[in-house]
Amino acid sequence: MRALVLAEHDGHSLRGATLNAITAAANLGGEVDLLIAGHNARAIVKATTTIAGIDKVLVADDPIYAHPVAETVAALLIEHARDYEAILAAATTFGKNVLPRVAATLDVQQISEITGVVSPDTFIRPIYAGNALATVRSKDALKVITVRTTAFEPADNVTGRATISQIPAVNAPIDVQFVREELTILESPDLTSARIIISGGRGMQSGENFKMLEPIAEKLGAAIGASRAAVDAGFVSNDLQVGQTGKIVAPQLYIAVGISGAIQHLAGMSGSKVIVAINKDEDAPIFQVADYGLVGDLFKVLPELTASLSSLSSGA
Amino acid sequence: MKVLVPIKRVIDYNVKIRVKADHSGVETANVKYSANPFDEIAVEEAVRLMEAGIVSEIVVVSIGPAAAQDVLRNALALGADRAVLVQTDNEIQPLAVAKLLKLLCLQESPRLVILGKQAIDDDSNQTGQALAALLNWPQGTFASKLVIEDGRIEVTREIDGGLEILSLALPAVVTTDLRLNEPRYLSLPNIMKAKKKPLEIRPAASLDINVEPRLITVRVEEPQQRQAGIKVADVTTLLNKLKHEAKVI
Repeated sequence: MRALVLAEHDGHSLRGATLNAITAAANLGGEVDLLIAGHNARAIVKATTTIAGIDKVLVADDPIYAHPVAETVAALLIEHARDYEAILAAATTFGKNVLPRVAATLDVQQISEITGVVSPDTFIRPIYAGNALATVRSKDALKVITVRTTAFEPADNVTGRATISQIPAVNAPIDVQFVREELTILESPDLTSARIIISGGRGMQSGENFKMLEPIAEKLGAAIGASRAAVDAGFVSNDLQVGQTGKIVAPQLYIAVGISGAIQHLAGMSGSKVIVAINKDEDAPIFQVADYGLVGDLFKVLPELTASLSSLSSGA
Repeated sequence: MKVLVPIKRVIDYNVKIRVKADHSGVETANVKYSANPFDEIAVEEAVRLMEAGIVSEIVVVSIGPAAAQDVLRNALALGADRAVLVQTDNEIQPLAVAKLLKLLCLQESPRLVILGKQAIDDDSNQTGQALAALLNWPQGTFASKLVIEDGRIEVTREIDGGLEILSLALPAVVTTDLRLNEPRYLSLPNIMKAKKKPLEIRPAASLDINVEPRLITVRVEEPQQRQAGIKVADVTTLLNKLKHEAKVI
């Protein structure tokens, strides 16, 4: 059993999600190689040779990978697939974009977003936004797998001794041009990777009131989210939505403010380590999943929270 | 320009799904179904492109049981011109869906396929990419904006950390993300009109493609349920608990 993990990077450094995918690959029980497609990627490559469990780092360093698109990265993976029994990537927007293309070309049914490895051909994956967990066995000789990163610890990046092997670029005869990237310079962390999230619901009553969450988010280093009800009411934009049709999150701490706890919201956040609910309705379903519930009017609670956090951070 | 929009019929997002007692799957009897929300966004986008004069024909396709005619009828009521149901009662996994759609694309010759980035039942997020691969077409996944000009489509993609803009030669496959648009509501007159629009039913078996599942579902389980915790009296207690008990701040 030999597995190949597709590395994800931003042109300068390896993205942490790759380390979680490597752990999942190692759980298959065989050798693990890493593939990096990039341009002027020497620094990234060097940093990967110490990742525990990696045997070989395959490097395709070429201008066509300066902004790697699915079509070219898939072509590269397909070229090397015959040497492997499994190909894995983190289930990030990058991995989700590339791997199904690889799988379909090789006539393989991909196994998406696994959260557990039962055996080299059997995996656990959430379905229905995590409301059920399916154990599935793949009949394909080659396994193509994306990995839910929150389900696997990152591989350590200290003790490994991988060798580097340069591989040629593979051109895909498909007309796709990278135009530009607009990366958000985040004042608050990204929802899907935030350690703490504070979300507002319909109880916030207006978009203006969402500003009350900002000082708290800032003090906690938290990302701001919202329920679908708040998005549908036009308080905030769609990209803040946490839930089945929005973002699935699993932070260390999730604070739900004025959120009743509709199924579709719970589906997006019930994987959080600790959940806090602040709601004036003590019968709100959100309290059924909250570790700490505070029944109260959010317009009183939020200013208190802001004040208390200020005194907390000033060492009082 | 012709557009093909595949639509999956799924358990409605408001339904709290229940795992079957024998752990073979989830309960599907007497459960409300509707169109996959991301596919509704795809239909809406196609209709908007038609209203803008860019698209001349919209063909909607579903692969599923006879009851999937409902989601096709709704799409016709929203503005699609005709519908095709590839009828089967079997489980069709994403790779097989992509193979069936490829065949339809070869027959229909659309310049663009728009579909949801993922279905909210199996959460696979594969079909669009797989279809693009099988057709050897470019793909623009997780789209939040589309601009069609001079035989190309510029796709703004929602990626981790921001946006990526790609320019794809047509024909191409685009998958929709939430921010692409907000689907309109159906109007009664349009629902009535849609009843007269053509809906062709083709048995999946007649397409002569091997759709045998490659993933065997061994068992389906409920995730560990969270237990309700405690109620705290005030903000001070809450912060204390978070700091000293849960140790998350």
